[in-house]
Amino acid sequence: MGFLIETVFGGLMTGMLYSLIALGFVLIFKASGVFNFAQGAMVLFAALAMARFSEWIPKWLGFDNAFVANVLAFAAACAVMVVVAWCVERLVLGKLVNQEGITLLMATLGITYFLEGLGQSLFGSDIYKIDVGMPKEPIFLFEKAFEGGVLVNQEDLVAAGIAAVLVALLALFFQKTSTGRALRAVADDHQAAQSIGIPLSRIWIIVWSVAGFVALVAGIIWGSKLGVQFSLSLVALKALPVVILGGLTSVPGAIIGGLLIGVGEKVSEVYLGPRLGGGIEIWFAYVLALGFLLVRPQGLFGEKIIDRV
Amino acid sequence: MLYRENGQFKVSYRADSAVFPIRQDRVAIALILLLAFVVVPGLASEYLFRAILIPFLILSLAALGLNVLVGYCGQISLGTGAFMAVGAYAAYNFQVRIEGMPLIASLLLGGLSATAVGVLFGIPSLRIKGLYLAVATLAAQFFCDWAFLRIAWFTNNSPSGNVSVSNLQVLGVAIETPVQKYLFCLSLVVVFAVLTKNLVRSAIGREWMAMRDMDVAAAVIGIRPVYAKLSAFAVSSFIVGVAGALWGFVHLGSWEPAAFSIDRSFQLLFMVIIGGLGSVMGAFFGAAFIIILPILLSQLPHWLGIPIATETSSHLEFMVFGALIVFFLIKEPHGLARLWSTAKEKLRLWPFPH
Repeated sequence: MGFLIETVFGGLMTGMLYSLIALGFVLIFKASGVFNFAQGAMVLFAALAMARFSEWIPKWLGFDNAFVANVLAFAAACAVMVVVAWCVERLVLGKLVNQEGITLLMATLGITYFLEGLGQSLFGSDIYKIDVGMPKEPIFLFEKAFEGGVLVNQEDLVAAGIAAVLVALLALFFQKTSTGRALRAVADDHQAAQSIGIPLSRIWIIVWSVAGFVALVAGIIWGSKLGVQFSLSLVALKALPVVILGGLTSVPGAIIGGLLIGVGEKVSEVYLGPRLGGGIEIWFAYVLALGFLLVRPQGLFGEKIIDRV
Repeated sequence: MLYRENGQFKVSYRADSAVFPIRQDRVAIALILLLAFVVVPGLASEYLFRAILIPFLILSLAALGLNVLVGYCGQISLGTGAFMAVGAYAAYNFQVRIEGMPLIASLLLGGLSATAVGVLFGIPSLRIKGLYLAVATLAAQFFCDWAFLRIAWFTNNSPSGNVSVSNLQVLGVAIETPVQKYLFCLSLVVVFAVLTKNLVRSAIGREWMAMRDMDVAAAVIGIRPVYAKLSAFAVSSFIVGVAGALWGFVHLGSWEPAAFSIDRSFQLLFMVIIGGLGSVMGAFFGAAFIIILPILLSQLPHWLGIPIATETSSHLEFMVFGALIVFFLIKEPHGLARLWSTAKEKLRLWPFPH
């Protein structure tokens, strides 16, 4: 029993990270109808920037304080992601207004390749570490209830906390600020929003910047767990079934989808994996999402799609 | 003047609906085929065959298959690599397990197996489309990657999924030298290109295109979505499966699942985009472009005398790829094939612009 809870807990933590990446997808899809394949590359790019800046900035400025270095690196990485957002809007999306969804999807595939190449040629392609001072020691919970207790990484708890705070912040931003209101208006109807004077291009830059920020947070958490390397961009492919499961337009959907897939993946790997030959984590999320799509094409919380001629 | 149609009268429906209605086109195609079948085998070096021509032919075939699905039927697929893998491993199993199996038969049976898997993963397309479908086909990709790595039966119990074939022969003629391999691939590609061209011109092709342009409207005017979409998946994965089998048998000789990874799927999708969606010619243009570009990019600094690390050049390649895709989508959404037909339009009037 303790082992099962441990597995579920581990799954929840991984799922939380999937949700973070999926959140970036949902934000962009909500505000512009673009299925952003580049979210994974953005996570990699942001994490690379963070890792390298935290190493370079102390060298450039000549001080030796890990905390200040991290804060400055975070700010610099944020700035970089805003620049990326601006470039994406200016050079790509702004020119593809009114194109079909497939065209936009392919454009983000192009952005993916470009960012992967650019990130690695600017920041290098080795494995870098991000050290933001997360506690590493595992702790034991519920020692009275089960024999041996439940092993939990403190790091995971901190990560979950950060993710929760981030989601709360985003919710506040969307609900309470005037920019958030404008974003929601654009999400509902591009043309109507434009006709009442909401500048679309600025909104897109903001959305991509926010998505970049979310990517940065996700990248830092993954990066401090596993190190920053190219595979980060592939981990993000897991976020696709998450958004599909949760519904493309739903923020809570992204969170719950992520948690479901995280838990499902870990539990099935542990209990079903040995029978099927192991490694089923690779496809479990996709097959789950695929099966789900057949029953409910719009996902758990997605809006129903109505076709008109 | 080079491209004048004056005096070419069509007096029958047959002539009017020919694949190449203009005499210059027929001559050009005949010349190209002559060049490909007779001149190239005599001139090209072994490196050219192995590194460029054979991969080009096989990947054009795969791009052709994908173009049926994405370009003609509008069903985006990111699982092409998986269908290639199914074709390759199925053909391998037929070849190894059945005594005296002819090569062509096992290639075609590999294609048929890919058809079965393709239709299976195409079923979701009846309920979902566009972006959702892209993810559904990714499921095929990840599942097949895993299956060929972990299920020993598929690879005849070889560890690590590595399999190899040898002693290829067709009708008693051995296919060993690069020239023989090239000619074998070329013949197959020509046959498939002609078949595909005729298929997309026929009733079923028009159904696919109606589905692509607006599926609800197509259903309203009496096109059966189930039939149209699944047949596109079937034809597409058959061609892709045969291409996969060729890739394994003829080009690689021995391969492992990584040869058909998700990168291959993306690569093929780019071929289709850059070459031209919904165009048979486009598949060839796209494949040529994607095969030659990396070679060019890695050689260019060398020719210019700028020393550049392999790592940097591979990153540069990624960036150029990405930038080109975006560039093509913005400037010429119909790809190289459209540029080609624009050029032909211009030549028709040249040198008099009016």
